[in-house]
Order: sequence, then structure tokens, then C-alpha cells
Amino acid sequence: MSLYSSRPSLLAAPALFWLLVFMLLPCLLIFTYAFFERGTWGGVVYSFTFENFRRVFDPLYAGVFYNSVRIAAITTVIAILIAYPAAYAISRAPRKRQPILLFLAVLPFWSNYLIRTYAWIVLLNREGLFNGVLSQAGYQGEPLSLLYTEGAVITGLVYNYLPFVILAIYSSLSRLDPELSEASRDLGGGAIRTFLRVTLPLTLPGVAAGGVFIFVLSIGNFVTPALLGGGRFQMIGNLVYDQFLTANDWPFGAALGMILILAMIILLTVQAKLTNHASGTAPQAREEAA
Amino acid sequence: MTSPSAPTTLPFKSWLLAATALIASAPAALAADLVISNWDGYMAPDIAESFKAATGLEVEIVNHATNEEIMGKLMAGQGKGYDVVFVSSPFAEILNQQGLLAPIDHAAVPNIANLYPEAAALAYDPGATFAVPYAWGTTGLCYRSDLVEGTPDSWNAMLQPTDALKGKITMLATDRWLMAAGLLAQGTSVNESDPAKIDAARDLLIEAKKSLLAYDDTTFYAKLVSGEASLVHAWDGWCNYGIAENADIRFVVPKEGSDLWVDTMVVMQNGDNQENAMKFLNFILDAKNHAWAAENILYKVPNKAAMESLDPALLEQFPNMKMTPAELTGFELLRDLGDAQPAYSRAVSEIKAAN
Repeated sequence: MSLYSSRPSLLAAPALFWLLVFMLLPCLLIFTYAFFERGTWGGVVYSFTFENFRRVFDPLYAGVFYNSVRIAAITTVIAILIAYPAAYAISRAPRKRQPILLFLAVLPFWSNYLIRTYAWIVLLNREGLFNGVLSQAGYQGEPLSLLYTEGAVITGLVYNYLPFVILAIYSSLSRLDPELSEASRDLGGGAIRTFLRVTLPLTLPGVAAGGVFIFVLSIGNFVTPALLGGGRFQMIGNLVYDQFLTANDWPFGAALGMILILAMIILLTVQAKLTNHASGTAPQAREEAA
Repeated sequence: MTSPSAPTTLPFKSWLLAATALIASAPAALAADLVISNWDGYMAPDIAESFKAATGLEVEIVNHATNEEIMGKLMAGQGKGYDVVFVSSPFAEILNQQGLLAPIDHAAVPNIANLYPEAAALAYDPGATFAVPYAWGTTGLCYRSDLVEGTPDSWNAMLQPTDALKGKITMLATDRWLMAAGLLAQGTSVNESDPAKIDAARDLLIEAKKSLLAYDDTTFYAKLVSGEASLVHAWDGWCNYGIAENADIRFVVPKEGSDLWVDTMVVMQNGDNQENAMKFLNFILDAKNHAWAAENILYKVPNKAAMESLDPALLEQFPNMKMTPAELTGFELLRDLGDAQPAYSRAVSEIKAAN
């Protein structure tokens, strides 16, 4: 029956259509824009140039790139350090309770990103909750300047994206055969040794997936640096935003965007390689544990 | 540049508006007799109803978040689909140079006689031939008189602050006003095009960044009220929102001078409803309707009849509302920068990227 045999492609059609129209075409459009000259008031003038890509490597903009990478990297490391123990705890909780714990981890997503970010402004500002609690506790000095700092930006990014990392690591941990660590323990491996030589290596793909995810989301973010950084810390997302919405330089904004997409593709490829590699080494780890 | 927009524009809303601007920019539907684009909250919320009651015409109102956003749309579509657009005067100048604006038909807009003579003779458009001023004002320092010693009557009070003020200052980040602070402090024009002077202003502003709490174009008055900031770079009208909540807040124009900004109404040449557009301008310029902006947005309007109708108590509460047209036109009118615009954009990028 032809209807039956064509069903898989039929079922995939809406998703493929969606990807084509709302992802591939816009990306192609941006890619094309990047090679043209700017129109004075937005749009592009169709005369071919490499100038936009040359400008990306101008020290000024390269500096913004470097800063974004640095902030995203710090965010990623902190998020993994927080998310791994949390995911571990959830995966070790009684089976029945795990869905509730996961639900609690993603609960913040039920509110809007901007509202969650504004909440940090309320918490961190000089007249805010943290400083209020401090002075209640007897702190006498000047209120602490917590908001509009790099720390506030990183805090906001970690907070907002942490659930993704927890979920990614949890999915790795929950698929881990408990018999592996039991075997390790039976054979005299201590808790720490078992974790370092069995559990951690086998869950690295989850760590990599979560890490790449939060890194990619952080490096392109523009709302958090604008709100929690008070506009004093510019990231690449802010630069792209400014090119499109205030400087009216669409081609340069497009070139910046392309470089960012390229960086993400490289990262995702590396992550995929790492995952393959890790699953390739899994049997070895089993042998070792055995 | 973000023009001083209305108090009801919540900052997160403006972010959202701006973020979605590129995709949600479909021109208005064809059914209306008139399509108007304005900043959110910059007109009476019931303007469509009251205009319909007065003229029988159906208005469709769309919002733009920034001048740049609406400029992009107007340039891309040659202004088609829009009849009346609210933009700051330098952008009206550009639209006019591009031949996108219809001449203002003074015979169809008799209420134009309500404008102050000074407002109908502004240098970018003497005689109000292509742009009708809607609101005007200046930029200065808005501060907590109970937290700042003396009167901070110099731009350097913000740019080279005393230790007590460090970390308690916010500045506007929109390119023209950010640059104006640096330029004015060095005694140069707000429309300066000499690259050396632009660089000098940039260097001063990068140095000043070290003592800033934040750049803030939308909530600076709230930071003054809460006490997070003691001194903020502010448009006169926005300082009033702070004064409304705390009577210790004051506004001062620095002694080095400041800018005169003008938000205008323009009629699109390629719109389908020019005649209706003129009726709308006339409706806004009616003393009562134009006074709405002064009473509710706390901006000065360039309408003599409207300003004279204001409650004296309002002027007492918000002293900068009393600034006369002569005082305002004594400030330096912001003009289109022409070829110097990229130099300003670059300087602002450098300031924002500086650590």
C-alpha cells in the first residue's frame, strides 16, 4: 500500500517544512546579507563585498567576541558544577520521586525569561533583597554593588539555563546501568574511584551535551547582559542587536551572526565526535570495571 | 536613537517590541482610513475613538519602539502603508531628503496656528513645511537633592564625579545623547563632525564609564526614586516621572548647555490617505488634545494654546515644564549627522565595548 509505505516521509513533512521555511531560509538570507553593503537606513545595497567579515576581526569587535566566549565559558563551568550533583541526586532518588524532582528542576521555565531576569534585579540591586537581608543581619557598611556587574550577568545566565544542563546530565545518568557501579564496588573500587573511573566517563556525553547547550545559549544571549549588566558589559548578542536595530548595519550584523553560527556548528560537531568517542570507549570502561 | 518615549513603555516591553520588530513588521491592514505609527503610549489611549467621534474616520495605530525601527520599514517600503508617522526631527529631515514626505497643507491644518512661533521656525524645517512638532525638550541631569551636595550644574559632575557619586550614576546609552554629554562637556557641538573631537568625546566617555552604575534609557528615574542612583542623565520629561514620586528629585540643565530635541509628526507621500492625515494633525494640534501629552506624559508640547491651558499646579510640581520656547530654542537643535553618523555609531560601539 503506497499510503502505508510513504507514511514516514509524510509524517516528517511538517517538521521538514518548518525547518526549511523558518530555519534554513532565514539562515541563507542572513548568509547572503553578510556579503553586501549596508543601506543607510537598514536593508542592504546589492553590491558584493568582504568588508563585513574583515570588520569582524577588527580588535574592537574581536574583543567583544573574546569577552562573550569568556563569560559563556565561565557560565558553562559553573553550571556543570552545580548541575552534575543535582542530576546525580535526582538519578539516585527513588524511581517514584524522580519525575517530581525533574519537574521542580524545570519549574522556573513556566515563567517568562524576562520576568525571571527581572527578579534578579529585584534581588541584587543596592536597595534590593540581598542587601536588605544583610543590613537586617547587622551589616553596617555601604550596600554591596551586586547588580550591573559581570558576576550578575553570569548569575543570570547560569540560573536561566541550568535546567537544560541538569536534564542533559540526568538523561545520561539515568541510562547508566546500575550494575556497572555495583560491579566496580564488588571488585573493591571505592566510591570515589567508582565515580571517577566508571560513572563520570560514561556520563561525559551528557555533560558535553548540557555544556555545549548552555555555552551556545549564553554566548548569543543579549537580554541578560543588557538587563543584569546595565549595558556595561557588551556581548556578541548585544552587538548583533545594535547592528540591526540601532546602527542599521544589517550586513555587518549578519556577518557577526554567521561567525557565531559557525562557532556553534564547530562546537556541536566536536560534541558529537566526543559522544561517539565516549560510546566507543564505553566497552573499555566496562572491561576496566569488570 | 530612542526618542524620549512615554512612561507607559515598560522596559521589558520595549525589549520585546524591539526584538520582534524585524519579524513582526507587516504593514497595517488596508481597511482603515488612516494608519499611524507612534511610540507606544505617546498619545491618549482612546485617541482612535475620540478621532472617530470627531471625524468619523477609522484609525489604525501601530507602534514602533525606536526611530531606527520605523526608519527601516519606511525606507524598505518607501513609506507605503503608513500615513502619519511620529519620528524625531533628525529622522524627519532624512525622510524629507529621500522625498518620502508629503508637504503639510496648512490650509487643511488650521490648528497649526496654535504652535509657538519658535516651534514653527525650527532650523531643520522653517515654516513647518514637512514636519509638525509634537513634543520638545532638552536633556540634563536629574538628581536627588537630598543625596547630592550642591547643584550638579556641569556635565563634569556626571563624567568626572566626586567619590561620593561614583557607582551611583546612570547615563543614556542612545548614541546621540550619550555622545552629546561628552561633546558638550568639551565645549563642542552636539552635531560635531570633526573626527578628532568625536574621538576626544569618546575617550572622556570611556573614562566616565568606570564610575557608572549602568547605562539606562528607560528606568533611570526609578533608580533615583529607589536610591540606587543619586544622579542620572535624563530627558527633562522623564525626570518628571521621578519628581512625581519623590519631591527631592530635581532637574538641572548643565551650564555648558544642552540639546533641543523635537519629536515630530510627518505625513507619508506614498500613503493613501493624505487628506485624512492632515485632519489627524489638525485634531492633535487642537489645544485640548495636545494638552493631553503635557498632562500625561509630562513633556512640553510646542502648542501655545495647549501649554496655556495647563493647571498652574502642574507647572509648580514639575518646574522644567515652565521652560519657555525661548529657553528651549536657546539649546542646540539636534540635526541629522549625515556622513558623520557612522563615526558616532563606531564611537558608541567602542564606549560600550570598553572595559
